[in-house]
Amino acid sequence: MGVWNFRSGTLAMSGSPQDLGAQLDRRDLAWFVDKAVQALVFLGGVSAIVFILGIFVFITKEGFGFIAGRFDIVEFFGSTRWRPTSEQPTYGALALIVGTASVTGLAMLVAVPFSLGAAIYIGEFAQGRTREVLKILVELLAAIPSVVWGFIGLSIMNPLIIRLFDVPVGLNVLNSGFILGLMAAPIMTTIAEDSLKAVPDTYREAAEALGATRWQVIRRVVIPAARNGLVAAVLLGVGRGFGETMAVLMASGHSINLPTSVFDSVRALTATIAAELGETAVGSEHYRALFTLGIFLFVVTFIINLTADLVIRGIRKK
Amino acid sequence: MFEATELNRKNQKTERLWRLLFLMMTVLLILPVLIILGVLIYHGGPMITIDFLFTEPTNGMTAGGILPALVGTVWLVAVALLVSVPIGIAAALYLSEYAADNWLTRSINLAIINLAGVPSIVHALFGVGAFVLFFRFGTSILAASLTLAIMTLPVVIVATRESLQAVPHAFREACWNMGASRWQTIRHVVLPNSVSGILTGVILEVSRTAGETAPIMFTGAAFFLPFLPQSVFDQTMAMSLHLFVISTQVPGVPENLPFGVALVLISMVLAMNALSIAFRMVLRGRKKW
Repeated sequence: MGVWNFRSGTLAMSGSPQDLGAQLDRRDLAWFVDKAVQALVFLGGVSAIVFILGIFVFITKEGFGFIAGRFDIVEFFGSTRWRPTSEQPTYGALALIVGTASVTGLAMLVAVPFSLGAAIYIGEFAQGRTREVLKILVELLAAIPSVVWGFIGLSIMNPLIIRLFDVPVGLNVLNSGFILGLMAAPIMTTIAEDSLKAVPDTYREAAEALGATRWQVIRRVVIPAARNGLVAAVLLGVGRGFGETMAVLMASGHSINLPTSVFDSVRALTATIAAELGETAVGSEHYRALFTLGIFLFVVTFIINLTADLVIRGIRKK
Repeated sequence: MFEATELNRKNQKTERLWRLLFLMMTVLLILPVLIILGVLIYHGGPMITIDFLFTEPTNGMTAGGILPALVGTVWLVAVALLVSVPIGIAAALYLSEYAADNWLTRSINLAIINLAGVPSIVHALFGVGAFVLFFRFGTSILAASLTLAIMTLPVVIVATRESLQAVPHAFREACWNMGASRWQTIRHVVLPNSVSGILTGVILEVSRTAGETAPIMFTGAAFFLPFLPQSVFDQTMAMSLHLFVISTQVPGVPENLPFGVALVLISMVLAMNALSIAFRMVLRGRKKW
C-alpha cells in the first residue's frame, strides 16, 4: 500500500498513514521561504494593476471637484475658449482637442507610410548585417528623449521652416507634426516589424513554392497575415502622439487656435497641463480643471491601448 | 534551359521597384535624425569641457556649467531604480513562473500596457496627487523618483519577462525532478541563466528615466538650485528639465549653451542604450542552448 503525502508530494510505501504523515511533513525552512517568495512575487505582479487603478483614483480625486461643479460638457467639448485665468473663467477644450488631433494627424500622415515601409524593408528585404544595423539604428532613434525633440523643433526646425516657407512663425502644426512623426516612427516600425516576423516562414515557403516573387509573397501573404499587428502598430503610434507632452509643448507654438493651415500655431491638451499646472494654486478651480483634462487624456489613451491589445489578441486566436 | 518569360521579367521589375521604394523610406526615416544629431554635435560639441560638466550655472543660468543638473539626474535615476527594479523583477517572475492563463494575468498584462501608454503628463498629475499631496512627500526627489519608477516599470517587467522565458522549460523540469522547490529552482537555475538579460532591461530603464521631463516637472525637479541635493526630501535640478528651462524660460541664454546641454543629455541616453544593445549581442553569442 502506498500513501501519497499531498503536502510534501512524496509517496510513502509502508507504515500507518498518520505516522508517516508527521515524518514526511516537509514544512521546513525551504517550504516557508518558497511560500513567502510566492506571496511577494504575487504582490509584485498585482502591483501593476494597483498602480494603474491608483493613477485613475488620484487624478479623479483631484479633478472631481471640477467635474461635479463647474464642468459643463457642452462648453468643454464645444467651446474654443480656454480662459481659466480671466475674471469669468471659461473652460472650452475644443481648441486643445483639435490642436492635439491636428498635430497627431499630421504626424501619422508622415510616420505611418514611412514606418510601415521601413518595417517591410527591415523585416522582409534586408538581410544579415544590414538588417542588424538598421534594427539597432531604429532602436536608438526610439530612445531620444522627448525634451530633446522639443529642443530640436525649437532651435533647428523653427528657423528652417521660417526660411523655407517664408512664414513669420515656425512653431506650428507642421513643426510639431513632423517632430512627433519622427518620434513615433521608430516605435511603430519596431512593432510592425515584430508582427511581420510573427508570420510563420511556412507561409512564405508555400507561396514561393508556387513561383511567387518576394514582393508577391509580401503583398499577398505576409501583409494580409500580419494585418492585425500592423493596425495595432498604427494605433500605438497614435496613442504615443496623443500623449506626447514636451515635444509638442515646445514645437507647436502653444497658442489657442483652430488651425486652418499647417502654418498655424496650436496648443495641445498635454501641453496645456504642463504649462499651466505650475501656476495654479492647489485645489483651485483651474487646478481641478487641469486634472479633468488629465482624466480625459487617461480615458482616451486607455481606450486606444485596449483596442490595440484586442486587435493583437485577434491574431493569436487565429 | 529555363528562360525568363515576359511575365517573369515584369515581376522582377516590380519587385526591384518596390524594394527600392521601401529602402528609400527606411533611409528617409533615419537620415533626418542623423542630420539633426550632426547639427547637435556641431553646435554643442565645442561647449563640452571639463569645466562645463563640473561647475554650477552662473549669471541666471546664462553661463557656467551643469553640475547640479547632472548630479540631480543621477539621484533621480538611482532612487527610481531602487523602487522599480525589485517590483519589476517580482512582477516578471510572477508572470513568467507562477501565473496561470486566467483573467487576473490578462488584467495584469493590460495594466502593464496601459502604464506604458498613459501620457507622461498624466503620470505627473498622479505624482502630484499621490506622492506630493496625499503622502505628503512634498516636491522632492522621493516624489519625483516614485513617479518615474511607476512610469518606467513596464520597461523592467517586459525585459525581465522576456529573458526569463528564454530559459528553456526543460531546465526547470530537471530541477523540479530533483525535489527542488519552485523558489529553489528560480534562485539556482532560472535567475542565473537570465541575469544578464535582466541587466539589459535595467540599463534600458536608466536611459528612459534619465530622459523624462514631464513627470518630474511638478513633483521634485526645480528650475534652479545652486546647491546639490543632500537627501531624498530635497528638490533637485535635472538635465532634462534644465534643457527645457534654458531653451524656453530664460532670456539671454547664449545660442550654443542649450545645444551643449542637449548633447550631454542625448549622449547619456544613447550611451546607455548602446551599452544595453552591446550587452545583448555578447549574450546572444555566448548562449549555451
